[in-house]
Amino acid sequence: MSIFVTGYGAVSPAGWSAADLQKVLAAGIPLPVQPLDRPGWEKPLRMRAVPVPPDKPAFLAHPRLRRSSAITHYAAAATLEAIKNIPPDTSRRIGLIVCLQSGCVQYTYRFFEEVLTNPATASPLLFPETVFAAPASHLAALLENSPRVTTLMGDPATFAQGLAVGADWLRQNYVDIAVVVGAEEINWLRASALWHLEHAAIISGGAGAVALSGDGSSSCGVELGLITQPRSYGAHWSRGRAAAAVRAELGGRDDDLLCDGLGNSPRVDGPETAAWRDWTGPRVSPKRIFGEGLMATAAWQCVIACAAVAKREHSSAIASLVGCNQQATGVRFQACGAPNDSRNICA
Amino acid sequence: MFPPRPQPSPPPRVVITGAGIITGLGAGWKKNAEGFRSGRTAFRPVTLFETSHQRVKLAAEVDLPKEMPRTSLSVRQLARLDRASALLLLASVEAWQQSGWEPSDSIPMVLGTTSGGMPLGEEYVRQAVKHPHRHRRQPTRAFQYQAHSQSQIVLDALGLGGPVTIISNACASGACAIGEAWNLVRGGAVDRVFTGGYDVLSQFVFAGFDSLQALSPTTCRPFDKNRDGLAMGEGAAMLALETLESARKRNAEILGEIIGYATTIDRHHLTQPHPEGNAAFTAMTEACATAKVSPADIDYVNAHGTGTPLNDSAEAVAINRWAGTRAATLPVSSTKANIGHLLGGAGAVETVACLMAMQGQWLPPELALETPDPLCQFPLVSKPQEASLTTVLSNSFGFGGVNATLILRRWAA
Repeated sequence: MSIFVTGYGAVSPAGWSAADLQKVLAAGIPLPVQPLDRPGWEKPLRMRAVPVPPDKPAFLAHPRLRRSSAITHYAAAATLEAIKNIPPDTSRRIGLIVCLQSGCVQYTYRFFEEVLTNPATASPLLFPETVFAAPASHLAALLENSPRVTTLMGDPATFAQGLAVGADWLRQNYVDIAVVVGAEEINWLRASALWHLEHAAIISGGAGAVALSGDGSSSCGVELGLITQPRSYGAHWSRGRAAAAVRAELGGRDDDLLCDGLGNSPRVDGPETAAWRDWTGPRVSPKRIFGEGLMATAAWQCVIACAAVAKREHSSAIASLVGCNQQATGVRFQACGAPNDSRNICA
Repeated sequence: MFPPRPQPSPPPRVVITGAGIITGLGAGWKKNAEGFRSGRTAFRPVTLFETSHQRVKLAAEVDLPKEMPRTSLSVRQLARLDRASALLLLASVEAWQQSGWEPSDSIPMVLGTTSGGMPLGEEYVRQAVKHPHRHRRQPTRAFQYQAHSQSQIVLDALGLGGPVTIISNACASGACAIGEAWNLVRGGAVDRVFTGGYDVLSQFVFAGFDSLQALSPTTCRPFDKNRDGLAMGEGAAMLALETLESARKRNAEILGEIIGYATTIDRHHLTQPHPEGNAAFTAMTEACATAKVSPADIDYVNAHGTGTPLNDSAEAVAINRWAGTRAATLPVSSTKANIGHLLGGAGAVETVACLMAMQGQWLPPELALETPDPLCQFPLVSKPQEASLTTVLSNSFGFGGVNATLILRRWAA
C-alpha cells in the first residue's frame, strides 16, 4: 500500500507556516539569536524563539486550548496547516501521533517550582498540563474526529517512528488521515540541560507536522518512499556505525535533496558528517538556521523534504535523522509514482 | 520500517513466553502472585522524598534488592543506575530469562512510561536552582532522566540492539505499549517483541496527584461507595511476545496468549473521563471484536479502578453497558487496591497479574472494599477465591483520554 503526503505544516523561529520556514531556509542566513535568562547567571543562554503570530490563532478560542502551553499551540498550528487542504468531512477519521523529546517543560518547571516552595499549595491547574500526553489530548479535542491518538517519546529520530506508526494505522484502516507532529517549547531549564551537553547549542522551539493518507487523490504530489530501520545506540550500534548504516540504507541520487540534522558542533555532528561525507548532491541544514529544536527540528527536516518534492524542485528528498542520544534513522520522500529503489527497501 | 513486510493472512497468534514483574509486593512472579492472590497491600510511609507538607503520606514503594542481577552492564553503568532503570531492568531480566531468547540486534522493544527517570530531573532542577554554578552530575542527570536512557540500560544489559518505541499515553502507556507490540507481531512486522511498562515514584508526580486531591487520605478502595482517591505505587513489568509458531519451534513454555486490543480517545476533559465512560465502552467493545469474543466469554475484568470517584463511576457505567446481562455474574477487581497506581507501569503490571490469575485459577481480591458502589451491577472480588479463568480483560485509562483494553487467554497445552 502506498502512503501519500497530503499536507505539511510548521511553526518555527521563522514564523507560523511552512512557507515561512522554507523562505528563511532558502535565504540561508541563520536567524538572529536572542538571550534567554538563566537564574543565578549573569551570562544568558541563547535561543531562537518562535515569534508572536501575526494574528491570534482562532484555535486558541477552543475551551481546551485556553490554558494550554506553547507546545500545544505550536502543535495545533502545524497540524491545522497540514490538513488545511483536506475537505471538511466529519466522517473522516484523523489519527494523531505526537512526538516529543522534552515535552511540556514550561508548565513542568512552573509546577515543580511551586512544589519546591510548598507542595501543599502547588496548583492543580498546572499539573495536568505537564503530562507528555497533554498536547495530543488537546489536539484530539480540537479536531473532534480523532479515533486514535498516541504520544511517542524519544530523541529526534523518533519522528520517523511516528511516520511509520501513521503508515501502519492507515494500512490497518484505523484512520483515514494520520498526522504526525513533532513539537518542543523553550524554557531556561531545557536550554541549560542542552548547554551541559553542548555549550554552543542555540535552543529553539516550534513544531512540524506531516499529514499522511492512503488515498493518492488527496496527495500533494509526495509519497513516503522509505523509512529505515532505527538503529539504537548502545552495545550493538555506536552513533557513528548507526549513522553510517542508515546512510547506506537510504542510498540517494545526485539530484535528491538531503535535509540533514547538522548544527554547529563538530563533536555532536561528527557521526552524521562522516556518514554523509561522500554526498555531492544538494543539502540543507535547518538546525544551522533555526537552532536546536530537538523533535521540532526533525519535523522541520521532514517538512522541508516534503515541500521540496511537492514543489517539484527535487524528485526525491531525504531526511537524515541521527538522534542525539537514542537512535538513528532516515526517511525518503519521493514524487508520487516514482519507482522505489528495491536496494533500499527494508526487509 | 517502511515499506512494511506483507501482512500475513490470517494474522499469527501472539503468545507470551516470558514475564517479569516488580511492585511494592516484591520482586518477581512468585512474591507478586502470592500477594495478588491473598490481597496483600504494599502501602507504607513514603521514604523516597519529603511528604510532610502533603495531604497524603503513603505509597507502595519498592524495596530494591541490594545487588542487581548479573547482566552485560559495565561497573560504571551499574554505579550510575537510577531507580527507574533499576525497576525496568529487574522486570526485564526476569522476563528475558524466562523467555529463553538470545541476544539480538533485531528484537524491537516497545515501552510505556509517563515520567521516565523523573527523580533525576527533580535533582537536576534542585541543583540548577539552588547551586546554579555547581555542575557536578548535571550532564548525567540531563541525559538519564529521559525515558530512552532507561531503555538503553535494558538494551545493553541483555545484548539487544533493535528499535525502541516509547509510548507516553499517561496511565494507559503500559497497556498501549503491549497492544502496539501485539500489533507489530500480528501485523507481520516482526516475530518477537520485548514490551512492557514502568514508572517510579517521584515527588513531582506525587505532589501533582495530591494537588488535584486525587490521592486517598484514607484507604484506596476502588469501586467502594465511600472511595476517596487513589494510592500511588511504582514498579515495572515486561513481557516477551512472539508468534505461536516461533514459540513452538523453540519448545518454549507459553504463559498465555494476547487475543485482543483496542485503544480509543476520550475527549471529554484533560483529566476527567466522560461520566458515561463512552471511550471505555468502545475500547472494551472493539477489543472484544478483535479477539472475536463477547462479554459472555470474559471470566474476569481487571479494571482500571483507580479509586477516584470520577474514574470508577465512569468505568462502572461502561462495564455495565458493555457487559449487559453478563454483568450480574462477571467478577471485577482492581489490583491498584494492593499496589497502588503505577501510571505508565500499571497496564503492564496488571497484564502480568491477569496471567498469574489465569495460571493459578484465582481472582485477585480487594480486601479493603467495604461497601460496593451501587452503580456496579457486577460482583466485586472482595476476598480471596478460586475461579475458572480462561479469558480475561484488562482496562487502562489515562490522563488526556487515551483508553486501552487488552484481552488475554489462558494457555492450555
